[in-house]
Amino acid sequence: MDTTNTTADLKSATMDADTHSAHYHTKSEVPTQLPPLGPDMRPLWPPKVDILMTVLFGIAVFSMPIWLQPFGAAYPDLMQRFAIFGIFAIGFNILFGLTGYLSFGHAAFLGIGSYAAVWSFKLLSLNVVPAIILSVLIAGVFAAAIGYVSLRRSGIYFSILTLAFAQMCYNLAYSVLTPITNGETGLRVLRNDPRVLDALVGSSEVAIPRASFFGISMTGMAGFWACAVCLMIAFYIALRITRSPFGMMLRGIKSNQTRMAYVGFNTRPYTLVAFIVSGMYAGLAGALLAVVDPLAGAERMQWTASGEVVLMTILGGAGTLLGPFIGAVLIKYFENIFSALGHTTLSDAFSFLPDGVREFAVSIVSPFVGEGWHLTLGVLFVLVVIFLPGGLAEGFRRIGRMFRGGNKSETSS
Amino acid sequence: MDAILLQVLNGLDKGGAYALIALGLTLTFGTLGVVNFAHGALFMLGAFCAVGLQEVLTLSVRVRDESITFFEAYKEEPYLVLWFGDTGAAIIDWVVPLSVLVTIPLMLLIGVAFERGLIRFFYKRPHAEQILVTFGLAIVIQELIKAGFGANPIPISAPEIARGSADIGAMLGLSGVLTYPWWRLIYLASSLFIIGGVFAFLNLTTYGMVVRAGMADRETVQLLGINIQRRFTVVFGLAAVVAGLAGALYTPILTPNYHIGMDFLVLSFVVVVVGGMGSLGGAVLAGFLLGILQSFASLNEVKSILPGIDQIIIYLVAVVVLLARPRGLLGRRGVMEA
Repeated sequence: MDTTNTTADLKSATMDADTHSAHYHTKSEVPTQLPPLGPDMRPLWPPKVDILMTVLFGIAVFSMPIWLQPFGAAYPDLMQRFAIFGIFAIGFNILFGLTGYLSFGHAAFLGIGSYAAVWSFKLLSLNVVPAIILSVLIAGVFAAAIGYVSLRRSGIYFSILTLAFAQMCYNLAYSVLTPITNGETGLRVLRNDPRVLDALVGSSEVAIPRASFFGISMTGMAGFWACAVCLMIAFYIALRITRSPFGMMLRGIKSNQTRMAYVGFNTRPYTLVAFIVSGMYAGLAGALLAVVDPLAGAERMQWTASGEVVLMTILGGAGTLLGPFIGAVLIKYFENIFSALGHTTLSDAFSFLPDGVREFAVSIVSPFVGEGWHLTLGVLFVLVVIFLPGGLAEGFRRIGRMFRGGNKSETSS
Repeated sequence: MDAILLQVLNGLDKGGAYALIALGLTLTFGTLGVVNFAHGALFMLGAFCAVGLQEVLTLSVRVRDESITFFEAYKEEPYLVLWFGDTGAAIIDWVVPLSVLVTIPLMLLIGVAFERGLIRFFYKRPHAEQILVTFGLAIVIQELIKAGFGANPIPISAPEIARGSADIGAMLGLSGVLTYPWWRLIYLASSLFIIGGVFAFLNLTTYGMVVRAGMADRETVQLLGINIQRRFTVVFGLAAVVAGLAGALYTPILTPNYHIGMDFLVLSFVVVVVGGMGSLGGAVLAGFLLGILQSFASLNEVKSILPGIDQIIIYLVAVVVLLARPRGLLGRRGVMEA
């Protein structure tokens, strides 16, 4: 097939994928240089815009301790979770948002990452660097295996296959693999674990086994800074992937896989790479969970956890870059706020009402808070899917269009 | 021989539950084209119909305990026993069979309400969004039940008369002793009865014939002037009733708690896929087959060779089937085969 033809077809295939984040769609002319495809997936030279966006994003993330102050969310434990689940959701979005493949088993990779990190703390070193590298690699290996099998089917079958694999991992972690996972108790780092690398440079004995970065203990704010750095790197990589020809391929697959196949592309390697990359993101998130708290349990792999990351991505806006991160922050924030509310705090909040009405209001609201936070989450889930399938990102766009439309009508009248 | 028969029986009653849930899932998929992740929640609602009925029937009042005479002792006495004596006690004892009477109208109502209130807006939307919205709905139902009944499992027992075990060995004239709980046999029988009922409804009545015609070609049936949508709504209600009955009758076997729906949902989806998406017979067949397979996998002899196989056997089978024969055991060619 001659090359110009391929370009035109590729462009038409990706034209109706969402175009807002692909910068050269907005230009009127077709790119004359054919992006190199096939095994050589060299990304385009980073345009300044990407770096600028990453820097802006980094500023927003690193100043979280300041601008989250008024919301009462500026404490390290919560901000760590923002960053970690942000990474998880950004990674999930590379698969779901770009290719449209809905995986219901991504929490398995999160759990695998956590276990790998804790084992690295136990056997290699308390340093976070080997732990993160190891977890990402191992999660990648698992993702390659599971993805290779699951991606042979699409649509609902793909969802069920990934779900089946995740449930297998979860069940095995609780039963046969107890020597590796320590079953229900959870895997934890002990004082007298071997830690070969630490033993080489000095003593492997520590008073309190905590993860550290060359001597800086990963507790409190230090843990958050570590997560924030990882988040920035993860964001930049996701940005580059989205902007690359590879990312365009993925969006082409989402738009119309059959057409991509007719144009002459074998789509499976592309989706497999997307699956592996998003699995590695989940592994990184799992590793960071273990870094800030060196304990891994199988409940992280349950399929409700997979559902949670789907919800984060949907809520923020699947297919957008910032959406999943915003979704993750919002969900973790409200989880934190809502689950802390109890009966007494509610009574205080409604103290302006007369007694009878207050009791009524409290009894209405109380199932939704505290233990019942998941009820709120479920209602939110349903409402978002019904009214705003594009997530908050689509909501913002609608509001923006409304304002612009409003202004236009004012000027014309 | 006895051991094998026992495992088959063990598998059959679990398989009955799988088959009933999978049957409902297939019905909703075949008629409305909706992938319903909230179907497990309907199973759980059915179980809680029985629990709710038990709570209502055992509403109690504190009365003086007459059997203790030397000091003032009090006990909780259900109103029913106070009012009707032994008849009341018998009613309480028969709560699970009686719950069928409550479950059928209630689940029909809930099913129709779901379909009219939420699911009908999702016919034209992609499958991913159907999965997501019903998944959210499942969370909501689960949490509402948790708020209402608490997070702990609520024990509920079969009627006194069905509490013992049947001596099947003697019945079949086998040499060995083979006993099996009566209630599980009853469950198996009633699941077969319900499955038979659904098939009879679809195959022997005119109403069912129209529904099947609608499943095959919706537009043509509509062109003939039949309001197929209303019939599909009824079928959704029927699927809810089937799931609800499966749940209500299962309560003496598995103590109900708020998350049994989710546990069964994942498994029954696997069952549907193995049986063949959209194939009613396939769903039933695969339900029983996987139930039996699972019970064989939990034999100690098998577990000693392949540790952990009992935990993953169903998923393993699903993976193999999906890869080797994507349309499932009895699935028709071309139905959701992608």
